[in-house]
Amino acid sequence: MNDMNIEIHHVTRVEGHGNIYVNVKKGVVEKCEWQVPEAPRFFEAMVLGRQWNELHHVTSRICGICSIGHTLASLKATEAAMGITISDQDLKLRKLALHAENMQSHILHLGFLVLPDLLGAGSVIPLASSNPQEVKTVLRLHRLANEMSNLLCGRTTHPQRLIPGGFSKIPSIKELVALKKKMQAAIPDLQAVAKLIKSAAGKLPNFVRETEFIALSSPDEYALYDGQIASTDTGKAPVNEYLTFTNEYIVPRSTAKWTKHNRDSYMVGALARFNLNYDKFSPWTKQVADMFGLKPTCYNPFMNSIAQLVETVHSVEDSIRLINELENAGLKPQPDYFKPEIKVKAGRGVGAVEVPRGILFHDYTYNAKGVCTKANCVIPTNQNHANIDLDMKALVPTLLDKSQKEIELACEMLVRAYDPCISCSTHYTTVHFV
Amino acid sequence: MQKPRVAFFDFAGCEGDQLQVANLEEDILALLGQVDIVTFREVMKEHSDQYDIAFVEGSCTRLLDEDRLKQIRKNAKVVVALGSCAAIGGINCIRNYKDLEEVRRTVYGDQAKLFDTYAARPIDAVVKVDAYVYGCPINKEEFLQVVKSLLLGKKPDIPTYPVCVECKKNENVCAFERGQFCVGPVTRAGCDSCCVNEGTICWGCRGLVDNPNENSHKEVLIKYGLTVDDAIGKFKLYFGWQEAKR
Repeated sequence: MNDMNIEIHHVTRVEGHGNIYVNVKKGVVEKCEWQVPEAPRFFEAMVLGRQWNELHHVTSRICGICSIGHTLASLKATEAAMGITISDQDLKLRKLALHAENMQSHILHLGFLVLPDLLGAGSVIPLASSNPQEVKTVLRLHRLANEMSNLLCGRTTHPQRLIPGGFSKIPSIKELVALKKKMQAAIPDLQAVAKLIKSAAGKLPNFVRETEFIALSSPDEYALYDGQIASTDTGKAPVNEYLTFTNEYIVPRSTAKWTKHNRDSYMVGALARFNLNYDKFSPWTKQVADMFGLKPTCYNPFMNSIAQLVETVHSVEDSIRLINELENAGLKPQPDYFKPEIKVKAGRGVGAVEVPRGILFHDYTYNAKGVCTKANCVIPTNQNHANIDLDMKALVPTLLDKSQKEIELACEMLVRAYDPCISCSTHYTTVHFV
Repeated sequence: MQKPRVAFFDFAGCEGDQLQVANLEEDILALLGQVDIVTFREVMKEHSDQYDIAFVEGSCTRLLDEDRLKQIRKNAKVVVALGSCAAIGGINCIRNYKDLEEVRRTVYGDQAKLFDTYAARPIDAVVKVDAYVYGCPINKEEFLQVVKSLLLGKKPDIPTYPVCVECKKNENVCAFERGQFCVGPVTRAGCDSCCVNEGTICWGCRGLVDNPNENSHKEVLIKYGLTVDDAIGKFKLYFGWQEAKR
């Protein structure tokens, strides 16, 4: 390999716009860069001056794919600022909503965005003719996750029922039990998808780069809705101290802010959660990880997709458990158009939630009238940009004996493994070999 | 007969409308029987500049977006604005009420000058648009209805009456009766009053209805002891561009 220019403008099969630039001269990598040119959206400025009961509606629009996660992080920040507590029943229902979104997003990523690379196709569209059974299995699981979002949130994208203090409307126990039965019946589909991915997992590059992983962690469960911030380098800290972890900074080639903590970069998302919280999985879920030889601490970012598969299994299992608990406790009904009584007061609150792509923070300050005077949102993909960039800088030199096409594919697969949500992080993906 | 070639594009937005297309699940397979999707960056590697119908999601928020949008217009026979951000400017227009310099400084501090922006606007502020799919997010059924109409060469049937009509039909208890403010009386219907059905209010995501009856909306405000200030806050959520144009 002598000279090579790779310029991938707007990497495909990712959410948002990003670019990859690689320049090799006489067999030496001169430039290798991840750029984010997405149009900035200024949400933190948009919410200033708005009322406390509107913020979750506005910030949900940061991202269509993780709108449930943004809504929940937003509600948790508002609730923390005003000292609002929610019932144990609502907590369980919110955890179910979060599982629904994680399943929907993970299945979309695995089935629509990653699988074509593993099966050598450009997209899921030709797979619909070449592998109709497999595609239909993926669609069935995706539909089930969306049905679950509909039931918990009133719709699939930009939830309606989630409001400060609880829910405006809740499902009936009959609907929840019907959902549970569908989830139990979907287990063979899940196993089929795991086997399909296993059959092609040899295509995932065996690339390793040590890094720091950050995720929520809880002594009680595999942390998604609640927990402390945990780092594989420095241990645990309360959510209120998130700024000492995220340390956002501006990179001129990116409209998304980047972050770093104990090293030059860290990784968030399914693999980070897997590495930090593996011991909270059930034996059944661990079996799926075993199929792929996935054990903590795994430093191969391409295995993030496999960690998503493992989490999907966990979400199905944990959702069934949560519905059983709701059934046993007896679901307490609430009035139609429910609006919890809330005493508005001044204060600051931080909400952290694990969303499909990693740990998400919303931080709001309100005045005594409940008007937002300061806001900060730190999005998972922002936290991964520096790690993607450093992975690429480590990956490309190991591939110089390969063709340009193979290198391009490996770089794109690396970016896709992170399942970036670039709209969220500002928002966009492009590979440029310059 | 050759199938129409369809492309999807996105500008400043959350890509939730394209996600709604993905959420059609098995119906996508039926759609693929009728059209060839040739560009859809979110889901496919392949790309083509030859397409008949372009679906565009997101608002135009930068001068440099305009060139890309104009090229799409040039390539396509039909341009469809997909979702509120593209169709009416949507939630992005909240910032149009603020000093944009200050908005940039709030988010990017002393490096604000690196991040070019102008008032967020719907795509028809830049290019001619042939059809609109409203909503934040779009309604899947309405999307399919618009696609079917376009394939048959018909004008899509989009309601020109307010959300209240659907809400009454759904026998909801009026949000005003519940002591809440709602912009359903001036918002374009077609969503089947989905948010009120879920126990909240209409936030106005489909934009102002054609010829909104503001006087009767004001009467409603007075009847329920609400003020124009209550209305203005909610109007600023989605109506920013439409209000500025009136």
